[in-house]
Amino acid sequence: MTDLLLSQVKLSGESQFGTDEYVVNMGPQHPATHGVLRLIVKLDGETVKETIPVLGYLHRSIEKISENRTYPQCITYTDRVDYVSAMSVNLAFALATERLMGIEAPARAQWLRMVFVELQRLASHLLWMGAFAGDIGALTPFLYGLRERERILDLFEMTCGQRLTYNYIRIGGVMIDVLPEFVPKCRAFLDYFEPKIAEYEGLLTYNPIFLERTKGVGVISPEVGINAGICGPSLRGSGVSCDVRKQQPYLFYDQVKFNECLETAGDCWSRYKVRMNEMRESISIIRQSLDRLEPGPIEAKMPPVLKAPTNSEIYSRIESSRGEMGVYLVGDGTAKPWKVKYRCASFSNLYLLDELTRGWKVADIMAVLGSLDMIVPEVDR
Amino acid sequence: MLTGENIVQLVSGLLHWAYAQAGISSLAGVIDPIISAVVMFGFIAVFVMFLVWMERKVSAHMQSRIGPNRVGPLGLLQTVADAIKLTIKEDVKPVNRDKVPYFIAPIVAFVATFMGMVVIPFDKGVVVQDLNVGILYIIAITGFTVIAILTAGWSSNNKYALLGGFRSAAQIISYEVSLVLSVVPIIMITGTLSLSGIVEYQKQAGYWFILPQIVAFLIFITSATAEANRAPFDIPEAESELIGGFHTEYSGVKFAMFFLGEYIAVVVSSAVAVTLFLGGWLPLPYLDFLHIPGFVWFLAKLLLVIYLIMAFRWTFPRLRVDQLMDFGWKVLIPISIINILATAVVWFCLYGKGAQ
Repeated sequence: MTDLLLSQVKLSGESQFGTDEYVVNMGPQHPATHGVLRLIVKLDGETVKETIPVLGYLHRSIEKISENRTYPQCITYTDRVDYVSAMSVNLAFALATERLMGIEAPARAQWLRMVFVELQRLASHLLWMGAFAGDIGALTPFLYGLRERERILDLFEMTCGQRLTYNYIRIGGVMIDVLPEFVPKCRAFLDYFEPKIAEYEGLLTYNPIFLERTKGVGVISPEVGINAGICGPSLRGSGVSCDVRKQQPYLFYDQVKFNECLETAGDCWSRYKVRMNEMRESISIIRQSLDRLEPGPIEAKMPPVLKAPTNSEIYSRIESSRGEMGVYLVGDGTAKPWKVKYRCASFSNLYLLDELTRGWKVADIMAVLGSLDMIVPEVDR
Repeated sequence: MLTGENIVQLVSGLLHWAYAQAGISSLAGVIDPIISAVVMFGFIAVFVMFLVWMERKVSAHMQSRIGPNRVGPLGLLQTVADAIKLTIKEDVKPVNRDKVPYFIAPIVAFVATFMGMVVIPFDKGVVVQDLNVGILYIIAITGFTVIAILTAGWSSNNKYALLGGFRSAAQIISYEVSLVLSVVPIIMITGTLSLSGIVEYQKQAGYWFILPQIVAFLIFITSATAEANRAPFDIPEAESELIGGFHTEYSGVKFAMFFLGEYIAVVVSSAVAVTLFLGGWLPLPYLDFLHIPGFVWFLAKLLLVIYLIMAFRWTFPRLRVDQLMDFGWKVLIPISIINILATAVVWFCLYGKGAQ
């Protein structure tokens, strides 16, 4: 008996009590993971040794289902890919299909798409800001963000009747023309909203605790970011120019004036700042688009059944609220796509989580995860 | 004139008359403290319920919401409804818990903070037990909460709870040091540990200690917020990291005990802050002709300080655990030590040896 005990002592090192890794299962139900993301976190006290994301709790086979649906039916599923920024995914799929089939949407439809996608970017960034601040422990900005987001959703509801899954941007145009009072209401909202950004920034940007929690935390260097496939505001925080709207303009982004927001530090604070500045740019884009909105048709002339040419394929990308949103389509001459693949920003941004949190504290996981702006349905699809 | 002291004398006179009628006058020394403790308990229970309502209204106001407004006028009875709900709901217990500590922890958390109220003077003479070591007693007794939280974290057999418990132990022990150090200058100046004595000193001196000791006041409020585990120092129950922290596995009445304990801790630290720095029951300068009773002044100041602590919670993000420790040990404690030295030097220069 004594020998047995002694051998155990030897096995476990010098101490009689061996040290174990402290493995914490964060999620799939956890207040900080914004959905059903599961993180297996290995801890040494408060210090993180490893973070392993476990995906698939929200996998709904959207890509496979789309292979058995016609192209217009697929749009409905795109809403569910990223429910916080559904317009962007609508647009990504619609643009890809149009490019595959050689359809050109009329000018009014294009300008309307720009208005709605940028409004969606505002709504998405607002929700992100609140959730990010909530992750860090400030609960008030969340309510502030939602307060303004409600008004954007009102504009959406006024137009297409929906507040979350719009199915508004269709192949060849948009679902329905905006009401006559939409434009003044939208302008009124922008005038109301612009000073609010300063309010959020007053609450967070230079708050000492906020700076303490975000400055220098989760630094992505430009090289690492590019190699890991980080995209969107998360990469722009590292000073890499990667805005698809600038690099490969779609819609009429080449006809409006806006700046690509860049920060250099690559930490959580820079990513926060990029998104706050992007909101200002979005306001400017919406204003310019509303100015250019002229009466006209909102849908292109299309055959009753949309068929892609045989053996045709396309990879088309847009800048969604979260970064590069790519859609890869393969057509086989029928009314249904042979293959659909979404390239989602959340999935690629999540890749660096382990590297960014290793050696940091538990609370930094939330700061980093929040700053990467990740949406679980977009990760799992 | 209506003062707290008169009311107490009236009530105690009535009681002693009742004792005499019942023929138990010899037991007055035993029964009196029990009655005052019960009165205090009733007051605290009602006051905390009001505070929970107030916190929800304050947060709603800060977040441009309405807050509770369904149950009772202005939603005042919402807390009563919540309390009833908490008491009648099922008490879910983890199977592998450590039974005895799991049961005892919430009781200790509640009792330890509540005991602090016993020495708080609400008005001249209105105090359950005017100890001559009042401050020392409060600091000692509220220090018990760390045992409760650590026990709760350990016995729940939950990894988040354990992390929360350890965080709490580190935090409360660190911030207790700066809390005590921030009080030391006041004790040096007044030469008494009795809370009533400190208020009397402020009355005679003609100023409140917040003026000469503003640094100590700020340190005290910061440390007290940390002691009570409230945001921005709420890392032991950091919702976005540790779900519920040490009380993750508690529900029903046991959870309510922790919840009450937290609010009572806020009341106790605010009450001590009011007594030490804001002149306790003393009226505002130049307003004593109004003849407002002392306990009204005390409660008004108390609510003001509590509002301040609530406003912290809904404004600031949460510190990280290592930053919290750094802030405590590298900022607050050095400043409070310097403050003690500076106070000693200044008071010695001003008044010489016999400062009292």
